[in-house]
Amino acid sequence: MPDAKVAGKLIAVEGLDGSGKSTQVYLLKRWLELRGYKVFFTEWNSSSIVRKATRRGKKRQLLTPTTFSLIHSTDFADRYDRTILPLLHSGAIVLADRYIYTAFTRDAVRGCNREWLRALYSYARPPDITFYFKVPLAVALNRILEGRPRLKYHEAGMDMGFSTDPYESFRIFQGKIREEYDRLTGEFGFTVVDAKDTPERQQARIRAIVEDQIDLAQYRWRVPAPYAAALDPDTWNGPPPEEAIELMKDDRDDRDA
Amino acid sequence: MPKGFYGHGLPGIDPSTLQGKLIVVEGADGSGRSTQIAMLRDALERDGHATVDVGLKRSRLVGRELDDAMKGNILSPRTLALFYATDFADQLENRIVPALKAGFTVLADRYIYTLMARALVRGAERDWIQQVYGIALVPDAVFYLGVNPRILAERNFRKNLVLDYWEAGMDIRRTGDMYENFIYYQREIQKQFRTMESQYDFETINGNRAPRTIFRDLLAKVVELLEPHAG
Repeated sequence: MPDAKVAGKLIAVEGLDGSGKSTQVYLLKRWLELRGYKVFFTEWNSSSIVRKATRRGKKRQLLTPTTFSLIHSTDFADRYDRTILPLLHSGAIVLADRYIYTAFTRDAVRGCNREWLRALYSYARPPDITFYFKVPLAVALNRILEGRPRLKYHEAGMDMGFSTDPYESFRIFQGKIREEYDRLTGEFGFTVVDAKDTPERQQARIRAIVEDQIDLAQYRWRVPAPYAAALDPDTWNGPPPEEAIELMKDDRDDRDA
Repeated sequence: MPKGFYGHGLPGIDPSTLQGKLIVVEGADGSGRSTQIAMLRDALERDGHATVDVGLKRSRLVGRELDDAMKGNILSPRTLALFYATDFADQLENRIVPALKAGFTVLADRYIYTLMARALVRGAERDWIQQVYGIALVPDAVFYLGVNPRILAERNFRKNLVLDYWEAGMDIRRTGDMYENFIYYQREIQKQFRTMESQYDFETINGNRAPRTIFRDLLAKVVELLEPHAG
């Protein structure tokens, strides 16, 4: 059901909160963009259109497993149709922090039918590479709990009745999600990354895999960055200005090849 | 009670606990749905049936965003379809299911069929949209008020002086004026309903007639459903 061939490449990172995947995907993005590749970043739950409804639903506990799943799938569809797919067609590398597997794991643990979930997202192209950051539950829990003193209701899975204690509830909830991820690994061909490794070692391994599986040379920017590239690299999706100028020099050399 | 779900249904809900009857009245804007439902409700209550009417208009959850998004018209057809599905699920779980559990007769002003038709006319894959709406309960009866699009247009003009942008399918086709577009779009929606008719076992009722005439027809069928042994 997904659309036919696209020129771009899609790389997704998946895993529990606290698995360190967001740091790794950020470093991957910086590496690619500093070398002049066309790379764009998208993350789960970021469509401005549904954000308000999601927040309201979470705040007022209006969400059931079904509506929770559907509202996130609406968010995803919006990003997919307006950002991800057009970028892929344009021949860019798209890095996604979380992809459809987040829905497959989390929503299944909440009770949604697994076949229904797969059908709901059946139009979405599978990533070219999916990195699953596998981490022991205790490590993930520590990372999350050290940053924030209080667990949010839905994050702790409090609506599932696992426990009246938020921390216990969270532990059980995340544990079940982790089991789902493990179960999906074979079915969807995840590349498992040992999230216990140092960040540097993880990143080195990821870069090696990306270089190996993707012909990066095809994805260089051919157009210099506009003036606006002087922005913060965390928000700017495009080549940094100095690199762009370097690229133009490369292009001049290539012309006679 | 409803026969079950169309597909995998809602997690945690056992359809056998839903004792009420779910009656759906479908049709375009201007088909006379609301009038028929109001009259049905009065008649049923007069006969001692606890009745609730549910309009699949705007849920608390996504209603506001859906309205805003539609004004802005930047959503892809797929996103719009999912927004509607979220809205539907919210109404199903929070209004329809509790009423059925309590044994009420639920009169639903529209159901999944309009939502599916809208998505299909906008290019959604049939398989996909059917699976999404696998969460829906199978109603006890579905009455579709089929009305000639030219009559629909006339009724809409009488109500609002303008045709609704979305009901005229302006987001997918803009040839000629809004009236021509409306006729084209409504015909496409009706084609979808004809396809769904046998699959979903509905009863198409000629909505081109006067409200009283339509009502006599409808009431007889509803009474038969609720009191099968009545004369």
